[in-house]
Formats: sequence, C-alpha cells, structure tokens
Amino acid sequence: MPAPVQRRLIFEHIDEPGYTNDLACYQQHGGYAVLRQAVTRKPEELIDEVKKSGLRGRGGAGFPCGVKWGLVDRKSGKPIYLIVNADESEPGTFKDRSIIHQDPHQLIEGTMISCFANNVQQAYIYIRGEMPHGARILEKAIAEARAANLVGPNILGTGYSCEIYVHRGAGAYICGEETGLIESLEGKRANPRIKPPYFPAVLGLYQCPTIVNNVETLCHVKHIVAMGGEAYGKIGTPGNTGTRIFCVSGHVQRPGYYEFEAGRITLGQLVNEVCGGPLPGRTLKAVIPGGSSAKILRFGERFKGKRKVGVEMVDYDWGVEDVPMDFDSLAMIGTMGGSGGVIVMDDTVNMVEALANINAFYAHESCGQCTPCREGSLWMKRITTRMVLGQARTEDAALLKGVADQIPGRTICAFGEACSWPTQSFLAKFGDEFKGYAEAKKTAKPAEAAPLI
Amino acid sequence: MIAPPKPDLVTVNIDGKEIAVPKGTNVIEAARLVGVDVPHYCYHPKLTVVGNCRMCLVEMGTPAFDPATKTPVMDPATGLQKINWIPRPQIGCGTNATPGLHIRTNTPLVKDCREGVMEFLLINHPLDCPICDQAGECKLQEQSTGYGRGYSRYIEQKNVKPKRTQLGPRVTLDDERCILCSRCIRFSKEVAKDDVLGFIDRGSHSTLTCYPGKQLANNYSLNTVDICPVGALTSTDFRFKMRVWFLKQTDGIDPESSAGANTVVWSREGVIYRITPRRNDEVNDTWMADSGRILYKEIAAPDRLTAVKVNGADSGLDIAVNAAVAIFKANAGGIAVVGSGRSTVEEQFLTRQLASALNASTQVVTRVGEGDSLLVTADRNPNLRGALVTGLVSHLPKPGSAQPGNVVLGGLESLGTAIDAGQVRVVVTVGEDLAAAGLNATQLAKVAIVALGTQANATTAAAKVVLPTLTVFEKSGTFVNQQFRIQKFAKAVPGVAGATDDLVVLAKLVAAAGAKAPAPDLGSIWAALAAAVPALATMTYANLPATGLLLDGRPWAAEPFVEGESLHFKPATT
Repeated sequence: MPAPVQRRLIFEHIDEPGYTNDLACYQQHGGYAVLRQAVTRKPEELIDEVKKSGLRGRGGAGFPCGVKWGLVDRKSGKPIYLIVNADESEPGTFKDRSIIHQDPHQLIEGTMISCFANNVQQAYIYIRGEMPHGARILEKAIAEARAANLVGPNILGTGYSCEIYVHRGAGAYICGEETGLIESLEGKRANPRIKPPYFPAVLGLYQCPTIVNNVETLCHVKHIVAMGGEAYGKIGTPGNTGTRIFCVSGHVQRPGYYEFEAGRITLGQLVNEVCGGPLPGRTLKAVIPGGSSAKILRFGERFKGKRKVGVEMVDYDWGVEDVPMDFDSLAMIGTMGGSGGVIVMDDTVNMVEALANINAFYAHESCGQCTPCREGSLWMKRITTRMVLGQARTEDAALLKGVADQIPGRTICAFGEACSWPTQSFLAKFGDEFKGYAEAKKTAKPAEAAPLI
Repeated sequence: MIAPPKPDLVTVNIDGKEIAVPKGTNVIEAARLVGVDVPHYCYHPKLTVVGNCRMCLVEMGTPAFDPATKTPVMDPATGLQKINWIPRPQIGCGTNATPGLHIRTNTPLVKDCREGVMEFLLINHPLDCPICDQAGECKLQEQSTGYGRGYSRYIEQKNVKPKRTQLGPRVTLDDERCILCSRCIRFSKEVAKDDVLGFIDRGSHSTLTCYPGKQLANNYSLNTVDICPVGALTSTDFRFKMRVWFLKQTDGIDPESSAGANTVVWSREGVIYRITPRRNDEVNDTWMADSGRILYKEIAAPDRLTAVKVNGADSGLDIAVNAAVAIFKANAGGIAVVGSGRSTVEEQFLTRQLASALNASTQVVTRVGEGDSLLVTADRNPNLRGALVTGLVSHLPKPGSAQPGNVVLGGLESLGTAIDAGQVRVVVTVGEDLAAAGLNATQLAKVAIVALGTQANATTAAAKVVLPTLTVFEKSGTFVNQQFRIQKFAKAVPGVAGATDDLVVLAKLVAAAGAKAPAPDLGSIWAALAAAVPALATMTYANLPATGLLLDGRPWAAEPFVEGESLHFKPATT
C-alpha cells in the first residue's frame, strides 16, 4: 500500500520559501483570524470544541487535552496559569523547535485561544535553555503581537487581558516533566513533585491551578477552534485524531519532519517510502518510534494479538513495518508514540554502543531525587560504558536487565520509565548481542566519529 | 459492644489488620500503630513529605464501587467488598488514610522494591561502617539487614565526593555517605527557618552543600545530625569519640530555658558524651537547641565546686552544716533564702521548708534572655513555675528586660534594700550567684552567705559556708516548664567527688534548723510534696509519664512571665 500524502496542518508553512516568522507574514496567511473569532465566543464553547476534537497531548504521554482542561480547579478562586512546555529535549525530537523558529505566531495564537478558553490571565512559555535563538524569536513575536493588541491588556477591545512571558530553562531534560518545569519556573531545582497531592490542575505553579501543554498541542487548538472540534475529530483515526508530526532521524535516506494524519501511516511506509528506506547497501535493524525513551523495535519481530476496530475485536499480526503510527497501536506492541521522534538504526549499529549512548544521556539528566532513577541510571551507564571500553562480561546482560527492572513504576515522575525502558527493550530484543559483546568483533569506527561518552 | 469510630477516624486495613486512624494519617504512621514497620529514609514525622527515597513503597488498594450505581462491588469469594489494587507500588509517606484503604507490605512486589532501593542506596555508599560514627544507629545498616538482599552486584567505581566538609561550627559533612534524602534541607528551611542547605549538581552526583558564603551555624544545626538517617552529617563534637552501642541512655530535660525540651543523655562509665532530643509532641517535637547539648561540660569544668568550705577552708559536710546553723542561730530573724528557678521541684520544696524553719523571707532569681520562638525561651530558668507550684514564692519578681545576646539576672532588688537597711544579715542561696543577680559588693560584704552550688563564682568566694551540689545530669528530679507541664529527668552519671545531692544538703539544713525534714530520697519527698501541694496530690515521681503531665497554671495567670510564643507554647492573652 502506498503511503498517504502528507497532511500539513501545523507545519503548513514550515520551510515554505518566502515565509517569514514575523507578524505581517503570519497575518497575510490568515493569522490571528481564529483568535479574533474565538474571543467573540464563550470560553466554555471553546473548551467543548477541544473536548469534542479528541486532541491528545503531543508532548509524549498522549493525555487527552480536553480532559486535562476539564480537571482544572476553577472554583478555588486562585488564578489559573497556562504554561507552554517548549522544553523539547527528548533525543530524536525536533518539531517544537521548528514551530518556534519558523512560525512562532501560530504558537502564540494557539496559546492565546487556550488562555481565553480557560480564563488564564498569565501564560508562560518555558523554553529549553539550549534554544536561545528560539527564545529571542518568541520574545520578538510576543512584542509584535502585543503591539497589535493581540497579547496583553484588553486584547482586541474585548476587555480580556492576558500576558505571555518567555522563560528560559537552564539546560535540563527533566524540566520537560510538567511538575519539574513548574518547580524550575518557580526558581527552584527542577525536582518533579509528588502526585498526589501536587497535580498541576489543582496545585501547580505557585500552588495555583495550572495547565501545562506542549507547543504542538496548543497549535492544534488553533486549528480545532478554526474548523470545529467535530471536523477536527474526523482527521486521523478514532482515538488518535488530528495530525502527527514525525521527526525521523538516523539511517534513512531522507530524514526530517513529516506530518500525517494520525494512525493513517504505518511505520514501514514512513521509513521506507516517505524517508526513502535504508542507505544504499544497508538493511534496517531497529527503530525507536517515539523518542529515545520509547522501547526499541527490531525489524523482523512480529506482534500478534487482538485489537478493537470500531466495536469488534479483530486479530492482528504485524511486522514492525505494519504498525500504524498512533498512540494506541504503538502502546499495544509495547512501545509508545511519545513525542514522535523516530530514530532508525541500520545494520552498522552495534546495539551495546547505541545503548551506552542513550544511558549516558539519561544518567546525565536524572534530577537525582528518587533513589532508583538516580542510582540506576548511573549504574546502567557505567555498565554499558565499561562494556564498550572493553571489559564486557557475559553476565552483564542479565545484570543490566536486573538493574533496569528495579526502576520503572517506582519513581516520582516518568523519568524512571524513560531511563529504564531503553535498557529493558534493548536487552529483550538484542540480548544476544549483549551476551556476546565481549567476543564480538567490534565495528570499525570511521576516524571522524565522535567518541562514546 | 464496640463504640462506633469517631467521625474523624477512618478504618484502614494494613496487611489484613484493621485499624481506625485519624483521617489524613499517612500509611507509615498507620502501619506503626498495628506493629507493621514500613522502612523509610526521607520521611520524617515533623517535616514535609517529599517521597524521594522510595523505600516506603507499598501496595495500595481501594474498595471497589460500581461506577454507574456507586454501590459497593462485593467479592463473592470472601463476601467482602472487592478491593481494586493499584498495579504500581505507592509511597507510604505520601499516601494518606482514606476510608477502606487497603495496604499490603508483605508481598513479593514490595519485597522486590525494598531490595532494589537498598541495593541502589548502597552502590555509591562508601560502606565504611567500621570507621563511621553512625554505625549502630544507622538506618542504612538496619534496613539493609532487614530488607536488603545481603549482597551487591556492583563492580563499577563509586562516586567520589567531599569527605569532610565543615558545614558550620558544629556539623561536619561526609558527602559520600549522603543518600540525598533532603531531611536536613527541609529541617533548616521549615523548622530552623535558616534555609542555608541545598543540593548542587545532578543525579547521583548531587552534593549537599551550604549556600555560598553562608554556614549552617544556627542554634539548631545539630538537629540535622540527629535526623540524618546515615553517617553523612556528624557532630563535630561527638565525631570519633565513642561507639553509640557502648552508651547508656538516660532521659533528661534541657535546663537552659523554660521550654523544657526532652532529651536523652548518652553516657558511659560516668562520662557524658552527647545529648540528643527525645520526642515529645507537646513540647519539643524531635528537636532541641545546640546550646543545650554542651551543658554537660559544666560537670567537669575547671570552676566546678568539689570541696565543702567553711570560712574559706576545706571542711566536711556535717561540720559545715553545723557552722551554718550557728550562723542562723546568731542571726535569727535576719535570714533570707534565695531559691532558684533552676532547682528541681523537690529541691524547691525543701528550700521552702528550710525558709519556714528559719522564718526567712524567700525570693527567686529571674533570668531573662532573648527568646528564639522555638525552644530557647526568654525565661532561662527551667523551673521558675515550680517555685510557684511548690509555694517557694507566691509571686514572681518583676523580670529584667532582655538585652541582645545577654541573659539578665535579677529579682533581688527588695533583698538588696533589706540588706542595706540591716534587716537581713544572712543569705542562704540555693545555687544562685547573688552578685550576678544584682547584689553589689558592699551588700555581699554585709551579709553572711551560706551558698549551695555547682560552679565557683563571686558569691561562693564571699560565702562563709560553701556546700557543693550536683548538676542536673548527676541527679533526678522534675521541672515545671512554661506550659506548667511537670516533666521528670533521671540521673545520668554519678556526682563528682566532693559534691553532695542538693536534697541531702537541704534536708540536713532543714533538720539542723530544727524542723522535721523528709528523708532525702525522691519517694519520701514526693510523699510529702503530694500531701503539701494540692496540685501534685495524685502524683509520684515514679508514675509521672515520660512526656510529663500538664498542671493547671490558671492560679498564676497574672504573674509576670516573660516568654513569647515558642514551638508549642502561646502566652496567655491578657
């Protein structure tokens, strides 16, 4: 089956020749029309549209956005804050950065609509510390929008006021975790909070109800309000509505970002047709479908089971290539859609070395709060590093699995899962490579290759 | 018939045992009540919950309700309501009791969680127990024995961190031993209100440190050592001095102020090595001030009185008592007794008897400093209220005003006037320094002084008769604190040679003065006390609970007490 054509909703103008990231260009392309229309409607209506749309958060967990907004404590009398999570740090993911760099007003419009819908007077864009350029673009775009009375006091003469502030992180992956982000925004170490009791919807920023949404999610809100929740819900597949942006990196001929209707494209179509398949003379070995913390898939493995189609349960028997790229299908085969970062590896990749690299990242980024994650991530890194440096033991495979199994589900935030799933899945799928690593002939590295951490 | 639980109680089920606990009690505390130990590191009952050590993971379930009808779903196998168990383990410290909450702490999952956390905690821990001060009272030792696997799979290099950081004048930190539980950080911030500690760096390389340019120097810094579950924070004073398992623990009361913090005095072979707080939720929670921990050093201080003296020459106790009586007889009608708010209730009772036998006036010395709103109060007498309860004095003198950094003694103005007027020619002082309390050299020279006391000072130097007595660590007794809570303490170490128990000395003086004196043991004195003081009528020293008993302080509500608000005390509003 040929791959469907791209449906560029969010990325409509990304990489469009002549499209600039200033307000004039955005408005020439119909920008802020949705906001102008939205502020004439009742906020509850807008929330309803989002609920009807079935929009799922694009940050990684895929939590329904309408439900998230529905959980917000609106009776406390405290102000409600909205935070744009622009701390895009998951290795293999580069969608939010493109939006911020090339189409910042789309984000601001989506943010303002969401703020209006939730009666938010103050919003923060928490942008990753490593994206200073993006932060400057956002600052400039917000200033433009404020000058045009689209942000700030009494917007468009409606009496509704809302400020947006850009806050730069200081360089920590954990700041993407929503409660860690809130702590960081409050000026503290980004140690994620315990839930209960600190659910952001009730006790978020400064102990006030807070909505934390991903950049892409808020851009979707703009399109939902523009076309109506029901119409949006018809894009994609039931339960996985709208479009999804896939950031494909690694050993394919045409890496990059691609936007498709959610669930309408399979992993095989994406990798082989859209991205041109493996490099000449190589074969695909493995793929991580949703950012580096998602569980890895091995080309050649098969997944069998029953799934729900409409109201019926039907059998499925998929190879990796056959898996539809949506949250539910990927969860069904034991991995996740995550942030949409698709990392492809071909037969030149040694899995022990690949894992050593991933482990080094997670050991470096653990906040250090919970014992299992703090100690486990570093331990796993030390084992894989030692293996790569030439002192591998046969029993290291079992040890790695033993360590990784002690982490997930036992920590405050999902970092425990994020740092242990790679090890667990690499071991499950490529266990022999780990057991035999001591004897294996090492891949000769090109002279210019960067050293492993 | 079992009475229905009170409205604020909820019934929870822990390992099959049902117990009613106040709503909001967390699982660790609830489990403690049914005798189930939930191991933990970061949780401390008096600090906020952060849930970061992950040692207290338990399985949790809630009763099942039909989502449509809201009626309970029954389990046909047991006939009881079905329990929905959460597949992920939950932290006991952050899980509060709700109606019907079910907890399992003895399942394979919980065992695996604990073994995992124990292994993780130990991989970067130096395991230097043989040279670690915490050995013997270390939660890592206890819980790895109780809940660990007993072996390690770790063969990599351990983290290297600073080994002996001086966090402040009294606290030394070994960062390698730290398990990053953040108790000390929370204590400094929440209780001591001195937010100087924090972590720097990230992940397993996180390092506890002081804010740049600051020190952990507040008067409560040693509490961080007490609550440190491992050997990371150590007392610079106690470090490497003694193994804790050799030490005898005696219940004490901090005598530095009227807060009356409960303490444990740790001693071996008659030598005190350290003092730590003892939990009393009504008085000091689990805290005490650093200043109260070094008071034991007065036992062996160079100025300690160890010889009975009569007219400056060494003498014997009975000779000295006779000398004192001779002075009393020669000056009948011109005697004053200066009692002390630092004496025990029992001593104050005998002091009162001595005064009445001598037909002497009584007064007490006030001792006013700055209160810190926690456990060092403005009234630096541990037992001023005891003087009222025992009837040693019926009213308190007007207190001096606190001066920054200084403790001001006073309350002897009328005595001074009487001395000047020649009405008082003999002063018996029970442990108080009359010079420091406001009498001038002329006045001291005009009177014959009979001094009881522990440390040498201007008064003992001027005294005709000096009778060395015991410090609070060398005797048993009771204090009445600012809440009118009578609290007892016990003798931790034997008295130094040459000093005699205050009770013995006072009883000898009472008898020599011609009155009937009770035998100088606590049992006999308490029998007399109970008979003479209605407020203490039903009590004995032995049956006083370890956390004390609250007396009715209303009869003295109008007295000029100086304390402001402290940890568990609010001054009566006038």
